[in-house]
Amino acid sequence: MSIMTTTRDFPLLKTQVEQRKPLPGEPEAKMTVEELTIRYGPRVAVEGVTLPFYRQLITAIIGPSGCGKSTLLRALNRMNDTLPGVVTQGRVELDGKDIYAPGCDVIALRQRVGMVFQQPNPFAKSIYDNVAYGLRINGLVRSRAELDDRVERALRAAALWDEVKDRLGKSALQLSGGEQQRLCIARALAVQPQVLLMDEPASALDPVSTAKIEELMFELKKDYTIVIVTHNMQQAARVSDLTAFLLSGHLLEFNPTPQLFTTPAEARTEAYITGRFG
Amino acid sequence: MRGRVIDRGFVVLTAFAVLLITAMLTVVLGNIVWHGWEQITWEFLTAAPRQGMTEGGIFPAIYGTVLLVLLMTIFVVPLGVCVAIYFSEYANRESWLYRWTRQAVNNLAGVPSIVFGLFGLGFFVQFVGRRVDKALYDGTLTYGQPALVWAALTMAVLTLPVVIVSVEEALRAVPQSYRDASLALGATRSQTIFRVVLPQAMSGVLTGGILAVSRGAGEVAPILFVGAAYFLPHLPTRLNDQFMELGYHIYVLSTQSPNVEETKPLLYGTVLVLLVLTFLLNFTAIAIRARLRTGAARAR
Repeated sequence: MSIMTTTRDFPLLKTQVEQRKPLPGEPEAKMTVEELTIRYGPRVAVEGVTLPFYRQLITAIIGPSGCGKSTLLRALNRMNDTLPGVVTQGRVELDGKDIYAPGCDVIALRQRVGMVFQQPNPFAKSIYDNVAYGLRINGLVRSRAELDDRVERALRAAALWDEVKDRLGKSALQLSGGEQQRLCIARALAVQPQVLLMDEPASALDPVSTAKIEELMFELKKDYTIVIVTHNMQQAARVSDLTAFLLSGHLLEFNPTPQLFTTPAEARTEAYITGRFG
Repeated sequence: MRGRVIDRGFVVLTAFAVLLITAMLTVVLGNIVWHGWEQITWEFLTAAPRQGMTEGGIFPAIYGTVLLVLLMTIFVVPLGVCVAIYFSEYANRESWLYRWTRQAVNNLAGVPSIVFGLFGLGFFVQFVGRRVDKALYDGTLTYGQPALVWAALTMAVLTLPVVIVSVEEALRAVPQSYRDASLALGATRSQTIFRVVLPQAMSGVLTGGILAVSRGAGEVAPILFVGAAYFLPHLPTRLNDQFMELGYHIYVLSTQSPNVEETKPLLYGTVLVLLVLTFLLNFTAIAIRARLRTGAARAR
């Protein structure tokens, strides 16, 4: 499978796309987006985007505010369904099955494709109950012991266990912002998703907490397909393996991260990453 | 110079207005407490009226009021919460159904309370009650007459808009990000509402309950025709019993007694009890709400 990008609106890109070699080792795409167009009423937020997301790799989606990157991310677990007036066209495949096909179980989809949001949003419940929430509502555990075990594993995976193990019954709202965000990651991991979508997960956090989240992403990519939307180009450069650059709803460039940041194929990508607009 | 005089004048005017209403409230409450407090004895609170209501106490009226308000709460809170959930979580704001029902709720809030009384008589007592009798009691007059349950239902309809508005406000105050977080974990919409949104809006539900109770406890007009009794020798024990009620008892004491002068001290006492009861109900609920707010998270 080769890396594709949209060429319809950017004919100059065409030769460059066709010549591009697939990634070394031919990684396997966990999710693919094909000719995806998303409209909010009359406004087109994403247009004709085609993009794969590979197993065990972190894909960053960058671009200026309003370029449609969050909308694209939210299309991957159909969270756009919750917004009125959103129309989605094209295909989004998870393991080769179209998640927008009629009869697709959205609830099951969202268990497989977890999400972490921009603002840490733990529920006003205890730390334990936050992590246990997804397991309880989906009836994924049979006993209290199993629940305890799954909660602990999720908190360990989110590198939060040691900090909170003595106060699991305390309110999650008492945690710091960085801890809250890791709790949200633990909450998402608890239901054992296969894909983890992160919508600017560190933009509301201080540098130390941000570093912890990024470290965590490195750990998590062994087991998950991770897609991260970020404003912060240093962050994209640090954590991701592949970077997609979105502008006005169009995919301008999709390349391995080092390449995109050192020798961008598109002049506008270079202009953006060097800070000439954004 | 002239502007400044007007400015000063306005300050004095607003201060005077504040003083005036404070004075009015002081006179009203002071008068009631002054004349009423010596009536408040153990006997007054626990005995039934005697001697054509010139002696004895008001226990049946206190009992009836509490019972009425409790029953009303049981009816109105679940119904109000459901309507608020529909408005806040499900309804499409553009749809005609939403606009019509929303307008209906607004209008309901503006209907004079005596009209609710007549509605209760016509709908609950005569329409529903009679049919219940025909269907279940072979036409024997059982529910087709003024009764506690009909009064509570009438009161519930009256206080419904209050509950809806305050619950809906609380639901809307729950950030969308909580709903997103829950849905993104594979929760259904109803799971999200009942496990995340509604618990978060609990203080609003309680506020709705409080407002409904304080409104309900103070209303007399809606229950005039649907269950309040002038005098009853026994306490209500069944849903189709009539009942005595504090507000109605005040009305009876002040206008319907054969000897108004002699009932006057009792009247003051009754008014004081009604005021204290309403304050207490409010205070209890506010205290619960404050506790819920500080201890936002439930223990494990």
